[in-house]
Amino acid sequence: METPAGRVPLIATELLFSDRLGAWKTRWGIGRMNYLVPPGLYAIGTPGATDPVVVTANYKMSYDIVRSQFGGRNVWLLVLETFGINVWCAAGKGTFGTGELVRRISETRLAMVISHRQLLLPMLGAVGVAAHEIARRTGFTVRYAAIRAEDLPEFLDKGRVTTSAMREMTFTFRERAVLVPVEFVMALKPAAVIMLCVSLFGALLGRPGAGIEAAVAYFGAMLAGTAVAPILLPWLPGRSFSIKGAVLGFAWSALWLLLTGAAWNSLSTVAAFLVLPAVSAFHALNFTGCTPYTSRTGVKKEMRAALPAMGTAVLAGGILLIINGILG
Amino acid sequence: MKGFRYLKDATTLELREPACIGCGRCLEVCPHQVFTLANTKASIVDRDACMECGACALNCPVNAISVDSGVGCASGLINEWLRERKLPRGGGACCS
Ligand code: SF4
Ligand code: SF4
Repeated sequence: METPAGRVPLIATELLFSDRLGAWKTRWGIGRMNYLVPPGLYAIGTPGATDPVVVTANYKMSYDIVRSQFGGRNVWLLVLETFGINVWCAAGKGTFGTGELVRRISETRLAMVISHRQLLLPMLGAVGVAAHEIARRTGFTVRYAAIRAEDLPEFLDKGRVTTSAMREMTFTFRERAVLVPVEFVMALKPAAVIMLCVSLFGALLGRPGAGIEAAVAYFGAMLAGTAVAPILLPWLPGRSFSIKGAVLGFAWSALWLLLTGAAWNSLSTVAAFLVLPAVSAFHALNFTGCTPYTSRTGVKKEMRAALPAMGTAVLAGGILLIINGILG
Repeated sequence: MKGFRYLKDATTLELREPACIGCGRCLEVCPHQVFTLANTKASIVDRDACMECGACALNCPVNAISVDSGVGCASGLINEWLRERKLPRGGGACCS
């Protein structure tokens, strides 16, 4: 559409099948890096000089979630160049930041398009954007509207009021579940290498069956840490992620013992109960990077205690397995 | 945040109350309701809920807040430690 600052692309609020497919692929880490929209100003509906301006990242999924909220409304969408990364991560890196917002405001000549001077930003964008700096450098005021784009229609309807629910972080079952595929896919490559080594080691000792069994046991422990731990997170005991993971690893070891127990002797049983919980604990601890409530200081604190413990457990388990291999 | 709590006493968050001008920005940006405002002064009410995102410190117009924010996942921290020691590091980190 035409504006005083030139043409602005008009965009739809309905998501197509291809958008949903793309989102699904992104979650599984397929072609993740190329999933972006060109930064700039977009029009939803037929916005005028007094309509709200919503700021988001040029990660296709963020952009899709935001635009799909505004069916039947007139809104300006200002998309920042975050190199295809979502708002929170981009704000942490500083690409969803003060400098980029200032640049985008002047590049799109936003001041000519609208008569008011308010920008609505996602709350998590505050990690990268300094509101008072934006005001000083551009004259625009920043409102951190809500954490979730889904709350934006209500925010607008209620006269631009952020309710306490809109400001409160959540980490629902669904929000946790969508993070699992990427965690799992990222862990898959190193896991494949380790499983191959374990299988070969078993074969070298002349017991290929045991090697493959150990590899599957490892895979289960990895799955417990990357998939089961995030999903069951609030119900697992303790605050520490490594403890939550270790508990699952123990449960998995016990299950595996029940399933394949006949072939185990005391040495390999002890080894399994040492190594598998450590593997699950490591992967669960790594999930702290994806949660919206763990502090960096906390993770450091936890790592200082957990990493040596995990290392010792794996080493001890490994030695037991080697002794077992030689004796057996 | 309802239903989730991380470790106790594990944040570097500091508020210098004398400097505070009571603008309320820190309350607006904190996703964990760490601050309250009374008599034009902000104060910390739920320190342990802080996830060290850094939003409050960045948005405080008078620099009354400081917090050490940054990558918070295990592989990211391991990579950081390795980098500090100039050791080779593997790929993969949260948020990348
Ligand atoms: S660092 Fe983030 S979580 Fe901690 S008090 Fe500041 S805004 Fe809240
Ligand atoms: S943002 Fe800074 S000045 Fe404003 S209320 Fe918070 S501490 Fe005080």
